[in-house]
Amino acid sequence: MASVLVDIQKLGKKYVLGGGFLQNRSRIVRAVNGVDLQIFEGETLGLVGESGCGKSTLARLLMRLEEPDAGRAYFKDQNIFAFSYDDLKTYRRHVQMIFQDPYSSLNPRKSAISIIQEPLNIHQIAGRKQNREISAQLMTRVGLSHEQAKRYPHEFSGGQRQRIGIARALALQPALVIADEPVSALDASIQAQILNLLKDLKKDFGLTYLFISHDLNVIRYVSDRIAVMYLGCIVELADKNNLYQTPLHPYTRMLLAAMPSCNPQKKKREMMIQGEAGEIGDQGCNFRNRCVYKIDICNRLIPQLRPYRERGLCACHRTGEI
Amino acid sequence: MQTLLEIKNLKTVFSTARGVIKAVDGVSLILNTGETLGIVGESGCGKTMLALSMMRLIPANGRIAGGEVLFSGQNLLSLSEDEMREKRGRDIAMIFQEPMTSLNPVLRIGEQIAEAIRLHQHVPAKEALFLSERLLAEVGIPEPERRVEDYPHQLSGGMRQRVMIAMAMSCRPRLLLADEPTTALDVTIQSQILNLISDLKEKNNMAVILITHDLGIVAEAAEKVAVMYAGKVVEMSEVKKLFSQPQHPYTRGLIESRPSGCADTGANGEAYLKTIPGTVPSLYDLPPGCRFFERCVLAEDECRVREPELLEIENGHFVSCFVSQRIVK
Repeated sequence: MASVLVDIQKLGKKYVLGGGFLQNRSRIVRAVNGVDLQIFEGETLGLVGESGCGKSTLARLLMRLEEPDAGRAYFKDQNIFAFSYDDLKTYRRHVQMIFQDPYSSLNPRKSAISIIQEPLNIHQIAGRKQNREISAQLMTRVGLSHEQAKRYPHEFSGGQRQRIGIARALALQPALVIADEPVSALDASIQAQILNLLKDLKKDFGLTYLFISHDLNVIRYVSDRIAVMYLGCIVELADKNNLYQTPLHPYTRMLLAAMPSCNPQKKKREMMIQGEAGEIGDQGCNFRNRCVYKIDICNRLIPQLRPYRERGLCACHRTGEI
Repeated sequence: MQTLLEIKNLKTVFSTARGVIKAVDGVSLILNTGETLGIVGESGCGKTMLALSMMRLIPANGRIAGGEVLFSGQNLLSLSEDEMREKRGRDIAMIFQEPMTSLNPVLRIGEQIAEAIRLHQHVPAKEALFLSERLLAEVGIPEPERRVEDYPHQLSGGMRQRVMIAMAMSCRPRLLLADEPTTALDVTIQSQILNLISDLKEKNNMAVILITHDLGIVAEAAEKVAVMYAGKVVEMSEVKKLFSQPQHPYTRGLIESRPSGCADTGANGEAYLKTIPGTVPSLYDLPPGCRFFERCVLAEDECRVREPELLEIENGHFVSCFVSQRIVK
């Protein structure tokens, strides 16, 4: 068994909305609501969920771009929320991020090679000249040519920009790369190129990925294990094949049923796709309003994430019976 | 079946600071009553401009440079602006990708739908409001009598799209243009909206043009598909045929590069996705021959110099590729 790289324990993050001058009532949104999750060294953990389920907030917490309200997270047994400034700088060498939007995540006033080189300079990996060489190699590695080095982001297509973002994330040779919807903004024919590249780089650089996406097809392709998130909680965690072949949680089943398949012959299983994600309640299962398997206990008790046989973890009162 | 819409050699061009681009370059399509046509392609391939050209709603720097749009035999391009305004909403309705920006944020939902009704039907305001309640119920919005009082910001993205659909349905159009209607929505909501559109289509014997970048949506919701690439239709056929026997190398590339979804088999961890190398050519600088030439695995010398035409290779299956045309022959 590979060692645990990241250990997230009961992590929580609330945001207070409203309550300003014009609104007399404030609303609390629990974006991440007590998440337990482990990321093993060398794996790709896929995190899937719909918009607003808290998957990006979780990523931002791990990057320490947000501070949590509850819980802890350990990177190689060090509590990342207890880091001093210097520790944090070191930590950021080990954990890097690839963003969704290749347009807004690159500085428009810097050339491609300077963007890739910047983290090397900040962390003073080597002298400027050598850093430039490393960056040039990285550019080639992600499939950009030397002639493109001096060009500015607007001169690149979306896919090429994403390659720059990937090279920048890899510059410091991180252990963990958090990829937050890295291909969602790209066209279909470009998506596949980037997914293949990410796969190759993982092997070459010995990376661990936390791969966030709303697209079940993409998640299936890249991940070893998959965590399904719904309204701030992990509702199911399982190996890829188990999750797709025998999904346990009703929400996972709904997601799979809703996934458009490329086979026009296939009959749709539409009966169970109903309702919309609401707000997190104080009691009962958050999914109960959309769930066709709801029973009385679902109104009263919040289901905990529990192991089911050897199959994985699932947070549903009726795990195994449905 | 009866032909509802026939587009012949439609061309739409835009003048920009960098030159003239042909966003829609000679597109021909036929759509029958009650049929759903999916138009699929990547960003910039001209699919949205094609729809806007049909509605004669293209931005000011663009102009329709040629062709015909025959709706029930009548050429929409030769109508006066007033006559065209009559058509929009009544016979042809359109829904857009982003339901938030297409709704007026300061008007109640009910008033907005009522406005659409009263524009085309002479009914008293009160009755229009009552009709809008009925429409909201029809598109699956719970408690419509309360929801008519809501403003757009009080609704979720999925609900807003339902409101847009209710508005589009208000005059029972014969053709619905849906431009990426579910792209901004989550998958579970997407599936509900697609079901809703197909239900309404069945009930009203309405034709639908569904514009999307997602082949999965086409497979699920359309009967016929047109694949667009750099302003042209490169392949068109019945949906089952397109997925079982794609002929154009671009279509094949699109289908094969989809992560797992297509094969519907367990994705093998080590397998690589098939890719289409390169990127779409710039519309400012199109190659003289086939527009897919540089990315094509089948490319031959002829493809560099001559542009293939969209030809029918077998009944109802059109392809613009020299190689596939020859093989099928």
